[in-house]
Amino acid sequence: MEKPRITVMVPIDANTVPSGAREVKNALSVAIGRANLSNEIKVIETGSFGPTGVGALVAIQPDGVVYCNMTVDKAQEIVEEHLLKGRVCARYMLPGRQVILPTADNVDARTLQHTGRIVLDNCGRIDPENIEEYIANDGYEALGKALTAMSPGEVITEITESELKGRGGAGFPTGQKWSFCAPVVADQKYVICNADEGEPGTFKDRLILEGDPHKIIEGMALCGYAIGATIGYVYVRGEYALSIERLEKAIAAAESHGLLGKNIFNSGFDFEIKIKIGAGAYICGEETALIESMEGKRGCPRLKPPFPAQKGFKGKPTNVNNVETLANIPAIIRNGAAWFKNFGTSSTAGTKVYTILGHINHPGLIEVPAGVTLREIIEDYGGGMKGKFHFAQLGGTAGDILGEEMMDVPMDYDLMEKVGHVLGSGAILIVNESININDFLHSCMRFFSHESCGNCNPCRNGMHAALDITKRLKSGVAYPDDINALEEVVMILHSSAFCPLGQSPAGPVTSALRYFREEIERGVNRELNKHDMPRSNRKMEAINV
Amino acid sequence: MTVSEIIKKHGNERENLLAILHQIQAGNDDNSLHKDQLQQLAEIMDIPVADIVSTASFYTMFSLKPRGKHIIRLCESPPCYIMGEENILTALENCLKIKLGETTADKMFTLETTSCLGACGVAPVMMIDDTVYGELTEEKTVAVIKSIVDKE
Amino acid sequence: MSVNLTINNLPATVEADTTVLAAAATVGIKIPTLCHFNNISSPGSCRVCLVEIEGMRTLQPACVTTVSEGMMVKTTSKAARDARRLSVELLLANHPWDCNACVRNNECELQDLAKEMGITEVRFPYEKDEIPIDDSTPALVRDMNKCILCRRCVSVCQDVQGVSTLAAKDRGFDTVIGTGASDSLGEEVCVQCGQCSAVCPVGAIYEKDSIEAVWAELDNPKKHVVVQTAPAIRAALGECFGLEPGHCVTGKMVTALRMMGFDKVFDTNFSADLTIIEEGHELLGRLKTALVDKGEVNLPMFTSCSPGWINFMEYFYPQLLPNLSTCKSPQQMFGAMAKSYYAELEGIAPEDITVVSIMPCTAKKYECTRDEMYDSGYQDVDYVLTTRELGRMISEAGVDFLNLPDSEQDSPMGMSTGAADIFANTGGVMEAAIRTVYEVVTGRELPMEKLHIAPVMGLKGLKEASLTFEDCVDDWKFLEGVTANVCVAHGLKNARKACDMVASGEANYHFIEVMCCPGGCIGGGGQPRFTTDEVREARIKAIYAEDEGRKIRKSHENPAITQIYETFLKKPLGEKSHKLLHTHYHAKKIDD
Repeated sequence: MEKPRITVMVPIDANTVPSGAREVKNALSVAIGRANLSNEIKVIETGSFGPTGVGALVAIQPDGVVYCNMTVDKAQEIVEEHLLKGRVCARYMLPGRQVILPTADNVDARTLQHTGRIVLDNCGRIDPENIEEYIANDGYEALGKALTAMSPGEVITEITESELKGRGGAGFPTGQKWSFCAPVVADQKYVICNADEGEPGTFKDRLILEGDPHKIIEGMALCGYAIGATIGYVYVRGEYALSIERLEKAIAAAESHGLLGKNIFNSGFDFEIKIKIGAGAYICGEETALIESMEGKRGCPRLKPPFPAQKGFKGKPTNVNNVETLANIPAIIRNGAAWFKNFGTSSTAGTKVYTILGHINHPGLIEVPAGVTLREIIEDYGGGMKGKFHFAQLGGTAGDILGEEMMDVPMDYDLMEKVGHVLGSGAILIVNESININDFLHSCMRFFSHESCGNCNPCRNGMHAALDITKRLKSGVAYPDDINALEEVVMILHSSAFCPLGQSPAGPVTSALRYFREEIERGVNRELNKHDMPRSNRKMEAINV
Repeated sequence: MTVSEIIKKHGNERENLLAILHQIQAGNDDNSLHKDQLQQLAEIMDIPVADIVSTASFYTMFSLKPRGKHIIRLCESPPCYIMGEENILTALENCLKIKLGETTADKMFTLETTSCLGACGVAPVMMIDDTVYGELTEEKTVAVIKSIVDKE
Repeated sequence: MSVNLTINNLPATVEADTTVLAAAATVGIKIPTLCHFNNISSPGSCRVCLVEIEGMRTLQPACVTTVSEGMMVKTTSKAARDARRLSVELLLANHPWDCNACVRNNECELQDLAKEMGITEVRFPYEKDEIPIDDSTPALVRDMNKCILCRRCVSVCQDVQGVSTLAAKDRGFDTVIGTGASDSLGEEVCVQCGQCSAVCPVGAIYEKDSIEAVWAELDNPKKHVVVQTAPAIRAALGECFGLEPGHCVTGKMVTALRMMGFDKVFDTNFSADLTIIEEGHELLGRLKTALVDKGEVNLPMFTSCSPGWINFMEYFYPQLLPNLSTCKSPQQMFGAMAKSYYAELEGIAPEDITVVSIMPCTAKKYECTRDEMYDSGYQDVDYVLTTRELGRMISEAGVDFLNLPDSEQDSPMGMSTGAADIFANTGGVMEAAIRTVYEVVTGRELPMEKLHIAPVMGLKGLKEASLTFEDCVDDWKFLEGVTANVCVAHGLKNARKACDMVASGEANYHFIEVMCCPGGCIGGGGQPRFTTDEVREARIKAIYAEDEGRKIRKSHENPAITQIYETFLKKPLGEKSHKLLHTHYHAKKIDD
């Protein structure tokens, strides 16, 4: 087929499908066909452009025009006006934002664009279901390079030198993690891609999988080569139907192109990838719980040691990495560690993908160098506040709540730690003054209590006790002692719970107390006596007989 | 498909249990796993039935109690909460005339809340069966329910 | 290799792989525990044993953390104390506070922890929805409102017994220990061994109490109430009154039972001897069929004394039921004889006789209700009390147990031998059988030191022995030179291995002893808590000492047994025996 004169790009992803993107795409194809333009104008399906909350999107290339809030009617109108008559429909254009359009010379790092992107460079730019497009954009070049010109040890060294840190939330150095698993001798090892993205507010992994699944496949194959694993699994949330569908297609395409399977690039290296689907449990994002779940069991975290690098899936050495982490791997191998370290800060190399959402004008998915400040995120990327800023929560529900005084701290793993906070998974929730902090904390605790696996006692019972207290704070009927008890519970959970989930609520609760104690105290009813609590504070004569 | 056919398709190994449970449940009109199916599964896969129940009951996508034909899962996590999740819940309860966790008398809908669905870009969201509905308002929510009722 | 560490500033040197918990014990520091139990279960999940270890960000559970060189452990730091206290406080918050009216009052580990930690206030309200109490089986009661989710019961049910009826269900705050696809044990495969009740730290699983019913029988002047005590009771009952494990209190037990009003104090040991005669002849008969008649016969033969084991076979290995000895258990032989032979002997109408059993076992409570167990024309055994219940009953009666004088059982059904004593422990039935079978076949006493068959003694899960018959007496010449292979299994997971070996044809055994509970009946589900391996060993030692102290140590030498064959049964496996002492079991399904 001739190179089309015009490309119409329609992102089909988790945020546009609910707004009717599929219907819009079909309407476009039909209308273009009816106008006999099918030969000149190609309609392609892409991953996310980034912006959310603007309905179904359509981009017309090379004109560089992006339309938002598209409907079937509007799509027909656009075919009529823009594609047939060449008149841009200004009233439907995405307002206020430079768009992510995929032109190579787009260089403004402060707008939602591609240059400077590592993880999302293909997202919204190529058809994720077409392996040729991935290959045309340097895809599988890194795999070829590693398999033909690098030893597994050299791959690990490259990753270690890049100082890439795990992007799932904990920030553990990826190269070091690989180097734990690599030397373990076993008849079988596994690479697992953790796509059980469940941290509220975080949907970056989903959009990566939907927008550029081959990058994950390539990253996993590189990891498998480096650590000596021949089987990879992607553990995906059961709710991520489109991610699963695109992954399946991508795996099949990679297999038929000889990029997965036996003797890849004639190197003697075999690698296959299978998909495991979760069934609704946030805790399965914890790597040992994920492994339990993959084995068909309850997703309760395992005792460590042994660590997965020694005994993981089915008792074999296993390396688990987050989607975003793996998505960084091909570019690092292709361009080298030094290139990667050009991005980011001295302590956190590379870029960081954030989902920015809440009460801001331009919510969405962005990839920025590590180290940008909250103010920059809100003002430059988020299009400013809707209403007056109250607080932000960084890194999902397990993340810290920041008050206005933290607006100008550069955000990377180390710098945040220095001011007593953690960067977390990459969700940034911006909240305005319409939301009371106690209501918000209650929502956070409701999440934790619902997601506690129930295995360890302090988490099982402590989360519930904390939820109960926030419920009282929310209704203004907390006991005078409740705030102290809440703080004690979450702090002790932080040091005593079995796994990171149980240790998490200390983040939001103590940081909220740090910035908003006075507002929280407004939930206490000073009139109440602690003995008013049902069956509580009763002297325990019965027990101390 | 029968339970044994489903097991055959996925393989008899324990690691396939979740996939098998997903498919068994999907084949049941009441969106739940039936006791006799679990017992059959236990026998074929040689896993104690208590162990299977233990596993199935852990995950929110499985139910051991009968549910409606359509499962409404409203996200109650903070990103949806701040965008008005509570109002949507009230709208759903009023519209369906059931409380959270209940099933309508005609067995058409079960109303549940869920943790984050990963579609926060269009919060507040709910998932009905496999479809995500985003940027919900009370009016839009009622309209979605109505459109499903109309289709039935 | 040994490791040096410091615990609360005290130097300690222990073997590598030792847990911090065990290491602390070596320097006299007791770290509180709850979910940890013996060598059965250490999920590290109750967080009651948290300690601070220098260099670690979080507190570590001492029960599963192993020592390392130079480790600095603090068990009494504020962080550790606060965390442990909160763990206990949170458990208390969601636990009913009806301690005074609880079956485990004053022997509850949660209560002990609250007391040890000085917890006098709980800051969190009780939030649990009430769960109906499950008393659907004759043996056990499960009150999940009291459950603290330590999972010990799950560990014994899954890992020790391999039955897997119990497993955690749902998640988070709603987690409960569930019974499979139903809401009650009675609807599921449960062998009623009661091992779950034996490890429960609180009042969440316990034996179904028959004390009041037994008192009512004793109070009824029309009833002639006889009691039998299983061999394992005497080696454990003292523990209910503070004695260290390993003391036999046979004489005091008999005195106490008499003081409480039992009309006759008999002994299950009597029917254990009877079992040996019947079962021994059954085995010889099967061997004869196989070796001489070359007929179809089911070998190896399994013992049938243990009702939990019978239940297990009926559910899991119905195809092997023909291999099971047709002998009833000693408890049921006793009941059938009491309401036939004894009734006739004493001229008491069988309907006026009440048979009470004292058993180390919860499954016996089920066994006595089985349809097969009415061969006297009445329910052969009316009530079963576990050792724990007897302990409580004696306490209630105000008997100063430890200072009681000894007394002896009544005749004739109280007479027994050392062979019967060892029915209490793993390997004992096998040894008792061989003592008799060997002598019947060769006319000579078993040529073993102290009559013990060393390879089948002890706590190893599966034990084997071989014995060659030489210089046989005329009746048994066909066994000349034959080597009998025997196997002993205890704990159902080991029983399962034995069954699998038999089912696959891999085993060449002739006779297999199975006891449902680890260690045998001395480790039964109805024994005083808690039965650890050390306790098992102590009880077994006491039982062997009881055996060795006897004048008569072989079942066939029991004069009461000789007499019963002369006057009543006529001969082993005879017509009366078949009616009263033997039975057949059938495959069971969940719904039965």
